[in-house]
Amino acid sequence: MTYKENAKNYIENYGLGIGDKIKVNKEDISYTGILLDRPEDADDGYLVIKLSSGYNIGVAIEDTTAELIEKGEKPKIGFGQTEIPYDDAKQNISIVSTGGTVSSVIDYRTGAVHPAFTASDLVKANPELLDYANYNVKALYNILSEDMKPEYWVKAAEEIANDISNGSDGVVIAHGTDTMHYTSAALSFMLKTPVPVIITGAQRSSDRPSSDANINLIDSVIAAKSDIAEVCVCMHGSLNDEYTYLHKGTKVRKMHTSRRDTFRSINAQPIAKIQNKTVEINPEYNYVKRGENELELNTDIEEKVGFIKSFPGISKEFIEYHIDKGYKGLVIEGTGLGHVPNDLIDSFRRAQDENIPVVMTSQCLYGNYAGH
Amino acid sequence: MEYDYEKLGLKMGLEIHQQLNSQHKLFCPCKTELVDDDFDELVQRKLRPTQSELGEIDRAALQESLRGLNFKYENFAKHTCLVENDDEPPHSLNEEALDICITIACLMNMHIVDEFHTMRKQVIDGSNTGGFQRTGMVATDGYLLTPYGKVVIESLGLEEDAARRVETKDGFTEFRLDRLGIPLAEITTDPSMHHPEQVREVAYMLGQILRSTNVKRGLGTIRQDLNISIAEGARVEIKGVQDLDLMAEIVNREVQRQLELIDIRNELQARNAEVLEEIHDLDELLEDTESKILKSAETIKAVVLKGYDGLIGREVQPGRRFGTEIASYAKKRGVAGIFHSDELPAYGITQDEVDKITEFLNIGEEDAFIIVAHDEDIAVSALEEVKRRANLGLEGVVEETRKALDDGNTEYMRPLPTANRMYLETDIPLFKITPDRVEPIANSLPELPDVKQARIIAEYMLSEDLATQLVKRQVADTFEAILADVDVDATPVASLLAYDLREIKREGHEIAVLSLDHFKDIFNLLADGKIAKDSVRKLAVETIKAPDTDISQIAEDNNLVMMSDEDVHEIIAGIVADNEEMVKERQMGAMGPLMGMCMKELKGKADGGLVNQIVREEIQKLI
Repeated sequence: MTYKENAKNYIENYGLGIGDKIKVNKEDISYTGILLDRPEDADDGYLVIKLSSGYNIGVAIEDTTAELIEKGEKPKIGFGQTEIPYDDAKQNISIVSTGGTVSSVIDYRTGAVHPAFTASDLVKANPELLDYANYNVKALYNILSEDMKPEYWVKAAEEIANDISNGSDGVVIAHGTDTMHYTSAALSFMLKTPVPVIITGAQRSSDRPSSDANINLIDSVIAAKSDIAEVCVCMHGSLNDEYTYLHKGTKVRKMHTSRRDTFRSINAQPIAKIQNKTVEINPEYNYVKRGENELELNTDIEEKVGFIKSFPGISKEFIEYHIDKGYKGLVIEGTGLGHVPNDLIDSFRRAQDENIPVVMTSQCLYGNYAGH
Repeated sequence: MEYDYEKLGLKMGLEIHQQLNSQHKLFCPCKTELVDDDFDELVQRKLRPTQSELGEIDRAALQESLRGLNFKYENFAKHTCLVENDDEPPHSLNEEALDICITIACLMNMHIVDEFHTMRKQVIDGSNTGGFQRTGMVATDGYLLTPYGKVVIESLGLEEDAARRVETKDGFTEFRLDRLGIPLAEITTDPSMHHPEQVREVAYMLGQILRSTNVKRGLGTIRQDLNISIAEGARVEIKGVQDLDLMAEIVNREVQRQLELIDIRNELQARNAEVLEEIHDLDELLEDTESKILKSAETIKAVVLKGYDGLIGREVQPGRRFGTEIASYAKKRGVAGIFHSDELPAYGITQDEVDKITEFLNIGEEDAFIIVAHDEDIAVSALEEVKRRANLGLEGVVEETRKALDDGNTEYMRPLPTANRMYLETDIPLFKITPDRVEPIANSLPELPDVKQARIIAEYMLSEDLATQLVKRQVADTFEAILADVDVDATPVASLLAYDLREIKREGHEIAVLSLDHFKDIFNLLADGKIAKDSVRKLAVETIKAPDTDISQIAEDNNLVMMSDEDVHEIIAGIVADNEEMVKERQMGAMGPLMGMCMKELKGKADGGLVNQIVREEIQKLI
């Protein structure tokens, strides 16, 4: 229950629980319906009631009385278990979920949206998955993509490596979209993979009929069965529900806050286009083929690295701060070909003296940088 | 025909959808206007029913449910945005639309909720790009007092209008996104009305209430649905009742339909009627048929309805038979129609062929058959629907959503929707409706249109026609505001607002440029005798062209300022003197031609009455 203070006391006082059918009496009107939980950030002066018409309303508790009409059942979460058939003729695909909800189920009685985490859930929501492969599904962790940390990359990389050693013919990772391209880059450096590793997600949540999740997921499975043994991102290629693009993990970036085709290959072409369940590989692409690499895992990652963007007026304190705080390396996003104001040079000298590697890149999205 | 409604247990309720005239859509900044321009981009989408129950894996069912869920959306660079496209989360709730709803709620004596929650209501017919409509409850439990008694207004919702359907072709249904997101008020009465005239009265009263607030006018901006049942029948929702005068007819014809269906049920039960499962293939049997419809089809199939003979052809509404009801179910599966034994021979199908079919199907005198001719899968699917509907005939009236037709009949659209599938729209914060918000609105509620019209006629001595137009065109408030400050005759003010402005707009002028102050300036000039009544329209047009220029200057620049009485006198005297001979010759008969000459010179610069008087005096001086 996320009710707080006043509302919480009120509910406890009247012996009510979430899911109960209750009646709230105001001076000149009363409301009967199911008591629902309240969004965490909402205040404590109101109850949420789902009326029999299906509408939710908020009722201010001041000067009201409440009564219990009927105890509610505990809401069941998820789809329940289902036996998933195994087909020897099909490839084995691992699906690793990190918190991006590729599928969900709505409990219309309470309006709650539950993410689907198990293989059985996924297959129930997307039965057509069974046409393409056998699945091993694991919910690795459940975090928002903006809360992603290097330690989670390590965990994911280990899990993927483990799956591959255990015979996976391809791995699909469900991921929130905000930092998907950071993860795809990190995994590209941490893993040498003999099979495809495909990261996917949705720009429109999976509870809605218009979600892009289903198409992205199915196409990712198609990509995971393909010959492309690289870490890739697979997402919508346009605003249409028509095709997806497979982007190289180190060349992709989120370019739009909300559109379905937000992921774009930058300074590169997508490796492939997937349409009508067929992978059409870009003929100019020299990709790593299935089985070419031996599996290799390198999780030796330094978390204490500073990332600093140069801008007009930046002071050397930005650099000094990181050195003072013991950062082990700095990545500088310079302007143009990779420039910073002259004032910063002394601080870089200091970093050099203290054996802190400083790496320069450009904040321009296109083109090379000086010295390349 | 008049029924004994009370005895029949007739119960009716109304549901009204009214577009609000807010500046912007409910959840994005786009305008609330429909667009006739060519669209800029077509986006192609699929909708997918979301898993909600603990069902088993059923791929066939999923496949079936995905059929027909391919859509194209017409969008515009200027008139629509990424929100309508479902490519951007909704913006915050349009408070102007909410305030209009609060006004409506107050006028209907409703209880406004403390907190408005926007919900997602699943709609996967493609009319909403997201697969759901955003909707919320603004108020509940109001009432209206009618001559037939008190009618409870159950609820007032605020929701998004749906996209406009353009066409279905090549497996895609195409929609235009201009209408999607226009705020709609949804008003639902309880089903407590018992007489067709009462429904009409309530619909009229609701219309009056809505029209006193800031809502859209014109075709398609209000949609009225009627819920109706009789005790032995079933609840039917009739969509799109446009004409209030047709309301009573629609009710009567629905009562007739339900009574006939109950009668048919009783007869079927008495005959022990039965719909047989088997779908028969008549291709070989009718190999040599001359019927064009049958010949051109890939396959001809039939089902047997034991005990249905004579009843399929029974009329349930004027010109509509039980067979029409069955056919409308089959049509949903892609056939143009059905043939039933009660209407054959016809359509090129001969008596001989009917006999052959009867023999082939091995049916008796009380039995009937229904034929469908089309492609294999469509024919089978249509006959499955025929069987389903024929079977439902054994139960009497079916719960349905029906469409109102122009003649007062109704036609099957789809089954009644099951309980609303709704859950919270998490992209929009909960919205508190505090007393601070409601009180100012409740304290300045608009007058109902007919009350306002009557008061304006009495208070300003206007003609009924002018008063009606002022109210209808929503300019009565401007009218009253002008007259509150300017001591001028009401009629020219009313006729500028009610008639001239529309013409001026039609001529291509942007009348929205005219502010209340502009109007006051114009009529102050009239009140002071600086301009003539005839010049008001012209001055308004010129003011639109130069809204920042001083009004006297505009009048002067356009030669609209009236002359002083002395100047007028001087000009007229000159004209009369120039025509002295004619005056002498025609005496007072010269009045007409001289008036013409003077008005030509003085039009807009002198009052016609004054000119007339001076001309008369000048003539009399000469004779």
